[in-house]
Amino acid sequence: MENGKENFKLKILIADDEPGMRDGAARCLKNLSFKETDFPEKISFDIFLAETGEAALREINDKKPDIVLLDYKLPDMNGLEVLQNCDSSKFLTVVVTAFASLEVAIAATRKGAFDFLAKPFSPEELRESVKKAAKNIFMLRKVRQLQEEKSRIRFEFVSVLAHELKSPLAAIEGYLRLIDERVKGDELKSYDSMVKRSVERIISMRKLINDILDLTRLESGKKKRVIEKIDLAETALYVYEGLSMKAAERKIKFEMICPEKILFEADRGEMETLFSNLLSNAVKYNKEGGEIKLNIAKENGFIKVICADTGIGISEEDQKRLFGEFVRIKNEHTRDIEGSGLGLSILKKIAGLYGGEVKLSSKYEEGSVFSVTLKEKILSETSANIAR
Amino acid sequence: MKEKGKKILIAEDDGDLMEQMDIYLTGLGYEVLKAYNQKEAEKIISEKDFDAAVLDLMMENPDSGFILSHKIKKSFPKKPVIIVTSVTKETGFYFDKSQDKNNWIKADLIIQKELRFEQLKKELEKLLGN
Repeated sequence: MENGKENFKLKILIADDEPGMRDGAARCLKNLSFKETDFPEKISFDIFLAETGEAALREINDKKPDIVLLDYKLPDMNGLEVLQNCDSSKFLTVVVTAFASLEVAIAATRKGAFDFLAKPFSPEELRESVKKAAKNIFMLRKVRQLQEEKSRIRFEFVSVLAHELKSPLAAIEGYLRLIDERVKGDELKSYDSMVKRSVERIISMRKLINDILDLTRLESGKKKRVIEKIDLAETALYVYEGLSMKAAERKIKFEMICPEKILFEADRGEMETLFSNLLSNAVKYNKEGGEIKLNIAKENGFIKVICADTGIGISEEDQKRLFGEFVRIKNEHTRDIEGSGLGLSILKKIAGLYGGEVKLSSKYEEGSVFSVTLKEKILSETSANIAR
Repeated sequence: MKEKGKKILIAEDDGDLMEQMDIYLTGLGYEVLKAYNQKEAEKIISEKDFDAAVLDLMMENPDSGFILSHKIKKSFPKKPVIIVTSVTKETGFYFDKSQDKNNWIKADLIIQKELRFEQLKKELEKLLGN
């Protein structure tokens, strides 16, 4: 089977001793192709022929077909004997016979036949039967692919997560060892910076764990959402208040441009997380004495949130990687800034829940503008998705 | 102290580990030249004098440490170079100086993270001939 983005080819073996039947069936299936709803692949067939049981077994062994169209009565053996003499679990069998009897049908099904086709049959009946078998194989492979993909992603996530949790621990352990060895003598004060730094790493580790909980809750859809009319202007100000101390320390000015009230039906926690991620980034990655401008507006059925900072900015190359999980941009400006590398993933996920998206325009060393759109009145739809 | 005045170049992009090695080695009497990335380290190599180098392998490039050790050994073949890495834990690649096939690595020693400070002290003393 050739399995590409557009083509999904299945090998089909037609085992029949009547040349007319063989060729007729081959002609009928040669140009057959179809698609499954929601999948891009075109399913079609490569056809092989066999006129005896012996030849069928050989072809099964060599060509490894996905579907075998098996005449029950072959000159050297019957269809059941063919199935007995090979690993019939590797393909789906459609048993074809002129001697349609219930016994044969039952016996064939017991031997693992997938479908049963009584002679004479119309080309349409043959195509339907083969399509049914092909769909079955196609869907099974899709399910398997998805499962593999899922376990690969989970494995990747867990290994990166383990690494992210290990590094603060290593840092804290390092400081504790130095303190333990009294490298700076007996004066307690000499150790202040080490203790302070350890506490900072612990705080950021806790933030990482909270972010992971946020993210997994959002992804699993298990988080209980309470949808109510909330005022986004008020929510944004409330979130900024929590950050204002840090902003004041670095003399960062904050300006919000927004109607007095901007009502939006949403989950309060999600909106708080959204503003918290946007604004804390704007504070963290700003320059001393910089500015943050937060603009919230309603526009053509969308809420548009634009957060602009005069910070360190992000180079074009880094912008491409930025929205990945655990991605943190490493450069001289970000060296001392703590972060889980999950904030933007969370932001994107929340925007997605509200039928919107996150866009970024940024210039290295000049500042970044994050624009988030949220669709009004999409909630019934997304809640249904989440409940699923 | 015997180590007094000996200068160690440290190239390490983890700020905490840098801070810790600085505190530890300064406590032993060494002078530490800090480079937080490959670029800063290259500048120090070409402009400043030092007695030994401790290099993190993966910085802005996955092989920053190898590149830096090459540069050092090209100009100062006798200058001791230690590469510190967690690459084995993270990728499964194992680099060991005692194997012949790893002759291309121009470092005197490769130490695996998590780094023990006492080990660093011992190895530096050995390589500097204290």
